[in-house]
Amino acid sequence: MDQFVILCFAVVNSIALLALISLGLAVIFGMMRVINFAHGEFIMLGAYATVIANHAGLNLWLSMMVVAPITVGLIGALVERLIIRRLYGHLVTTMLATWGLSLFLIGAVTAMFGNTTMGVSAPLGNIPIGAYSIGAYQLVLIAITALLVLCSLLALHGTKYGLIARAAMQNSEMAATLGVDCDRVYAVTFIIGAAISGLAGALLAPISGVLPHMGAAYVARAFVTVISGGGALITGFLSAATILGPVEALLSYFATPVVGQASLLLLAVIILRLFPTGVSSFWTGGR
Amino acid sequence: MLLQLRYALFPAALVLFAILGPFVLEPFDLVNLSAFSAMAIAALGLAFVWGTLGILNLGHSVFFGLGAYAYAMSVSNVGDSTIAVLIGTVLPVVFSLVLGYFLFFSRLGEVYLGVITLCVTLIFYSFMTSTADPWFHIGPVPLGGFNGITAVPSLNIPGEVQGFLSIEATFSICLVSLAGIYILLSFLRMSDAGRIMTAIRESELRSELLGYDIRLYKLVGFAISAAIAGLGGALYTAVMGFVSPNVFDLSQASQFVLWVIAGGLGTFVGPVVASFGFQLLSSQLGANTVFNTELIFGATIILFVLLAPQGLLPMILKLSNLRFPNGFGRLRRKEKPA
Repeated sequence: MDQFVILCFAVVNSIALLALISLGLAVIFGMMRVINFAHGEFIMLGAYATVIANHAGLNLWLSMMVVAPITVGLIGALVERLIIRRLYGHLVTTMLATWGLSLFLIGAVTAMFGNTTMGVSAPLGNIPIGAYSIGAYQLVLIAITALLVLCSLLALHGTKYGLIARAAMQNSEMAATLGVDCDRVYAVTFIIGAAISGLAGALLAPISGVLPHMGAAYVARAFVTVISGGGALITGFLSAATILGPVEALLSYFATPVVGQASLLLLAVIILRLFPTGVSSFWTGGR
Repeated sequence: MLLQLRYALFPAALVLFAILGPFVLEPFDLVNLSAFSAMAIAALGLAFVWGTLGILNLGHSVFFGLGAYAYAMSVSNVGDSTIAVLIGTVLPVVFSLVLGYFLFFSRLGEVYLGVITLCVTLIFYSFMTSTADPWFHIGPVPLGGFNGITAVPSLNIPGEVQGFLSIEATFSICLVSLAGIYILLSFLRMSDAGRIMTAIRESELRSELLGYDIRLYKLVGFAISAAIAGLGGALYTAVMGFVSPNVFDLSQASQFVLWVIAGGLGTFVGPVVASFGFQLLSSQLGANTVFNTELIFGATIILFVLLAPQGLLPMILKLSNLRFPNGFGRLRRKEKPA
């Protein structure tokens, strides 16, 4: 029984983790059709911002919720201005440029902070369940992720900015004719996506080692989730996370985490073979 | 006629160097240059599949690494390095056919291809680093986790297990292989199949409307590039004597892409020259600790993509007003609206 509860928790945790690490990417890729290979490094920068702010004496929650998203959002603004903006419409070239950026950021952080693991300890302690225990922080993480996804959904479908952004995404020329400044919408979207990635990294900092190469551990899973999700922005990647998460959690539990990750990719490739436009083509009619 | 002669010029220079090199160079340089040309072979595989067929494979190092590991495993098990090189070439092909079936028969776009192939590299890297346990072994050879496999036997005379080749002979074999692959790919590109592949790069829809099965051509092209990368990987391991999971890491994967962009997408000479140039440069920079390789590779990729998207060789040819017969795979192609 206890083991079953733990296993259920691992599944939910895995779904939430996938959703958390891919939300920022889903916003940037889904809205702008820009492949951001530096996504993992945005997560890494968020984690670094948190650790550094925390070591400087700032409250942990404040460093996670405020400092990290703002820092990474600013970096995102700089990146958008210097690189992304010059390459809109050149999908493959953007992908290569952000890949270069990813390597550059890894190298820069290594040069500045060294190739050693930093970290902050997870707050809130443990909750015992029979012979096992789960971290209370993990529960908070799941709650925050759910809240974040809900907020994004509301922002996209309930606010005027969301309407404009969706218009600019579906048909930028038409939106421009109607007086929407598409470049600005893209810039803001990229910054928001970067800030969300930074926040994800900040939230992950207490439960994973913070080091320059940490982004690589997340970027593959994030991309697999977003791509197998398909066209529908939030619902797509959410359903993909719900399909992929349990598989990864269970195989990581019964085999090893590497097997879990490999099966995640295998499953995604099979999903794409069956639904080349992602699982959300079920209800969007294969757009 | 003059056109055909120009294609023979570069491989002829390589063969000449393969013959003369051992007389003028120190053994240390010979080993280095052998390793460089093994890498250049693999780069040619990417130059072919990306430049001729338009398949952006960011995980080209997977095939290189598979070839490297396959050689290391089989040379200790079988003994004869000729068979080991063969296995190192075939194993990546098998993997590329399986992966390629899913990728091309799903009709995934160029971007998805890039993403998935990169994810495959990352998975291989984390798998290979987690094989430290002695349970992971083939025959007497453990996979060795993060440390990889050390003391891999070098090339020997076919059939004679103990007849190891000298550094000079290995150098000549590597350079001649490079020239051979170069000639092979040039012929392939000029053949009918090669022209169809170029057509697929230019417009998949039109090629398909003309009746070609683009999925099949892509799969075959992918497998050919995998074979070439595997051969490069096998030779590299034979020259260096060790292989580690680093063959799958991001900076390794980025090197191939960088050489092809920098040398000029759509050419074969460019990537080879660029691979030698960048490897010489990074071996000179090797001791530098402030600017690590990732920082430099990353910055160089960004600069090339933004400032010289056609690569160095086409740019020089353009400036010197020489025409290039096969056209270029354009890096900055405006995506068609869906």
